[in-house]
Amino acid sequence: MTLLKVDDLSKEFGGVHAIEDLSFVIEPGTIHAIIGPNGAGKTTLFNLITGVYTPSAGEVYLDDRPVTGKAPFELARAGMSRTFQNLQVCLNMSALDNVMLGRHMHLKPGFVSGLLRLPGVVRRDREARQMCAGLMDFVGLGNHIHAAADSLPYGALKRLEIARALAAEPRLLLLDEPAAGLNSAETREIDAVIQKVAERGVTVVLVEHDMKLVMGISDHVLVLDYGRKLAEGRPQDIRANPDVIAAYLGTAHAFA
Amino acid sequence: MLKVLASPRGGGLLVLIVLIALLPLGFQNNFHYDVAIRVGFNAIVVVGLNLLIGYAGQISLGHAGFLALGAYASAILTGSHDWPPVLAMLTGAVGVGLLAFVVARPVLRLKGHYLAMATLGMGMIIAIVLNTESQLTGGPDGMSVWVSFGVAGLEANTPRQWYWLVGALLVVWVWLALNLIDSPFGRALKAVHGSEVAAEVVGVDTTSVKVTVFVVSAVVASLVGSLSAHYISFISPQEASFFHSIELVIMAVLGGMASIYGSLVGAAILTVLPQVLTAFEDFEHLVFGLVMMAVMIFMPKGIVPSLGLWLAGRARRPGGEAAP
Repeated sequence: MTLLKVDDLSKEFGGVHAIEDLSFVIEPGTIHAIIGPNGAGKTTLFNLITGVYTPSAGEVYLDDRPVTGKAPFELARAGMSRTFQNLQVCLNMSALDNVMLGRHMHLKPGFVSGLLRLPGVVRRDREARQMCAGLMDFVGLGNHIHAAADSLPYGALKRLEIARALAAEPRLLLLDEPAAGLNSAETREIDAVIQKVAERGVTVVLVEHDMKLVMGISDHVLVLDYGRKLAEGRPQDIRANPDVIAAYLGTAHAFA
Repeated sequence: MLKVLASPRGGGLLVLIVLIALLPLGFQNNFHYDVAIRVGFNAIVVVGLNLLIGYAGQISLGHAGFLALGAYASAILTGSHDWPPVLAMLTGAVGVGLLAFVVARPVLRLKGHYLAMATLGMGMIIAIVLNTESQLTGGPDGMSVWVSFGVAGLEANTPRQWYWLVGALLVVWVWLALNLIDSPFGRALKAVHGSEVAAEVVGVDTTSVKVTVFVVSAVVASLVGSLSAHYISFISPQEASFFHSIELVIMAVLGGMASIYGSLVGAAILTVLPQVLTAFEDFEHLVFGLVMMAVMIFMPKGIVPSLGLWLAGRARRPGGEAAP
């Protein structure tokens, strides 16, 4: 069974084809990278898969069931979670509460039960707090657990988003440029985190510019250019693909 | 029990209960009771409004409309149809809840200024209907409410009785609201403010969260409208006016957005200040405006959150009292 299938997907913005007739599948338990020059449609593709945008044409299947046009929260409940290239952190909340938000759908978050602070709510919240503190530790934010989100530096916020996405316990995790804006030490840490997540059985799809990161950890690479599929395959094949080298990498020494 | 009182939630609530219990010791006449009761009414509405505006970040400039509808429902059903006051109040609240539910979905898709415009328009429509349906509402002249408010033989007639009734309702509502913002639903509420798309992608149905809090704040306004109609014994379309809606929003902003206790402080100041400022006679409104401008310039987050930050800053400074 394929986890995610994208079938002839297109998205137009006022006549511009951000994504055009794109098809690919993602098998469970692997790390996939989506690469391509700026404006190739990578983030648009993420927004289409996660329901933030509605496609102009085509279908998205999750577990072989069509999910096109479903709201992001429905897809999240079906097992999808993601991070954002341009951070989407709730700066009006504490860092830990941001991660706790990721537990939302596992907490039976009713209005009336919250209003009356029923014992079950308190207990589940306490358990979630422990779990989320653990997740913050896991992504390397162990000493920011009690911080306000707006006091964290950029690199920490990127990791906070990963912790929040993991708190939702997704089967499919989409990471939009997890290493963008990070220094090389931080990138190595993110690299390790992604691999550990994948080892837990979570299927990871990442959009990334950092070639070292992509080629090092991915099982499968999809190359986009102008919203179309340019190439697809194992990292070593992509590295050798003349089309990719010409369109995206320019020169071969980019991999050196 | 002790643990409950030691928590920030229990502690603040305890202060509120003590304050409400002790305040009448300082009251010398019915006017003092009257001001306190109006503070209580406003505080209840503003706590609800702050859940919507402060916590969820969704502005409404039309909530006086919901309040007025509750007031008119009570006035009409108890006056012309002899309904028991509580039944009339609950019927009004259900009606307002349904109206808010129907309005919420299309309106809450808008953001910022557009949402402000839409809710403003909604409030104005309610005011116009109350003004023009004069056979039912008495039109611009308003209508009197002769029936006393009461449940099961217990009636609120004297200012003292009203004071304890409103005080008890305020304590219960503040307790419920504090519970709510500390629950997963409350986290979702704040997340809708912080980043709607972030909340969505971890499974929060943000539309449903926004609609729920909009309906709840409208129902609370309606209930207070009903009670105040019985208390004041007179209602007019002024209740639904744009200025009344603005006044409620100012209370929330002045006291502190996303602060339950801030709502109480804002309601108290905006209700009491005009009474105090009558001493300035012709300059009353000028002084009132200056006070509000000064607060917003020096305490841009509102009174309670700003004081909280200031205290936290003092505690953290070397030499100051260490904060736990």
